[in-house]
Amino acid sequence: MNEAPVYTKYHPRWYRARVSTYWWSRRWAYLKFILRELSSIFVAYFAILTLLQVRALGGGPEAYARFQAWMKAPILIALNALSLFFVLVHALTWFHLAPKAMAVRMRGRRVPDFLIVLPNYIAWLAASAILAWLLLRR
Amino acid sequence: MAKRSNEPVLWALFSAGGVVAALLIPILLFLYGLAFPLGWLEPPAYHRTLALVSHPLGRLVLFVLCSLSLFHWAHRFRYTLYDGLQIKHLNEVIFFLCYGGAAAGTALAGYMLWTIP
Amino acid sequence: MAETITLEVTRYRPEREREPTFQTYEVPFRKDWVVLDALNYIKDRLDGSLSYRWSCRMGVCGSCGMMVDGEPKLTCATFLSGYMPGPVRVEPLQYFPVVRDLVIEMTDFMVKLKSVKPWIVRQEEKPLSEGEYLQTPDQLDTYKQFSMCINCMLCYAACPVYALDPRFIGPAAIALAQRYNQDSRDQGAEERLDILSQHEGIWACTFVGECTKVCPKNVDPAGAIQQYKLTSTKEWFKSFLMPWRAK
Repeated sequence: MNEAPVYTKYHPRWYRARVSTYWWSRRWAYLKFILRELSSIFVAYFAILTLLQVRALGGGPEAYARFQAWMKAPILIALNALSLFFVLVHALTWFHLAPKAMAVRMRGRRVPDFLIVLPNYIAWLAASAILAWLLLRR
Repeated sequence: MAKRSNEPVLWALFSAGGVVAALLIPILLFLYGLAFPLGWLEPPAYHRTLALVSHPLGRLVLFVLCSLSLFHWAHRFRYTLYDGLQIKHLNEVIFFLCYGGAAAGTALAGYMLWTIP
Repeated sequence: MAETITLEVTRYRPEREREPTFQTYEVPFRKDWVVLDALNYIKDRLDGSLSYRWSCRMGVCGSCGMMVDGEPKLTCATFLSGYMPGPVRVEPLQYFPVVRDLVIEMTDFMVKLKSVKPWIVRQEEKPLSEGEYLQTPDQLDTYKQFSMCINCMLCYAACPVYALDPRFIGPAAIALAQRYNQDSRDQGAEERLDILSQHEGIWACTFVGECTKVCPKNVDPAGAIQQYKLTSTKEWFKSFLMPWRAK
């Protein structure tokens, strides 16, 4: 389909409405969709933040202490809180859309959605617990 | 096959990144972004952190996490720019900026995690 | 005095107007009336010049899709009582060119639908003497959901991707391609892969998910598209790792 859309040859003068640039603000479902997509910005932000932290870590204890102090700036705290919100939006929407993308069939039947969502949550809890244990154990 | 689109690779990277980001980022961002700086919890000491990061497994996990997260962003953000702003005519520029950025970030992550003591 | 409800209906007469306008009609309100009944009342009693499509008035033919208060709906299955006290706005399906009043131009959809070969493709038909192609209930169940599609195009009217890029092959066409791909009697999956794997095929979809929400037949085109992305990716890696198997 690389050519323009096809319409009947002897069509009357039909009217085609232009799509507004703000189409995503006209409907709550569309807005939710755009917010979900924008969560990717905060995922990228986290990757950059992590790379900065790795760089500080490689720079020695003083550099790392400076990084830790920098992370206490109110503006960064606010940004991190906002990012956490969006990252959670991403995680939850991702888990709940998983059964749509995977039609798993077992014994001739489609596995019910919650059986695909549930393992996601279990994996999430397990991964979070392992990371928290690694970082918090004394 | 007629023309091979490279979309499957980009989508595979996007999906893998989506999974990794969903599973790992919330807890890490909570700890390092809020709990540690605000003093709710005690962060691991410098040497322990370094030991964790420079462990082969630590390097691998961080590399995969950073790289795939960036490719996840690249894919979603590219489509958001196309649709949200209706600037599909800047196709090539957006494509280059998004995936180029992710590739550059991947290279940087690889270099930094390779050279960390 | 009997209760009434006001309908704001799109009028577009290309020989007279440059742009669509609204005309309001006052119709009697009855609990068992759907929006289509109100339109038929207008056509019969108030204004015979109103144009719109309808046929079966029982959710099977897929002709009477319109925007009712901004939502894509089958007007034969949308009760007026849900919109009391009104007014209720009736517009042609959005994202399609309007021919007249509530009538949209659908050739684009028809061409796309045909391009995915929504019929059973066989490399070789088996002779009649060997009997029919048998199918187990489980095999039927894999595609049955997608076969419920009535081509009403509500999913296109809900899809911002189709709005922004009319070259997108769209939800219903892809769901119907999947209906045949997953049919155990069909052998056309490879032919469809070429059409569906283009950028304007499945890859343009950003999984907004509205197509599935508005579908009056629970077809789940959004699911079909995401599942096909997985299939297409697997095929890509297969032919990348084993190029001798690709044609």
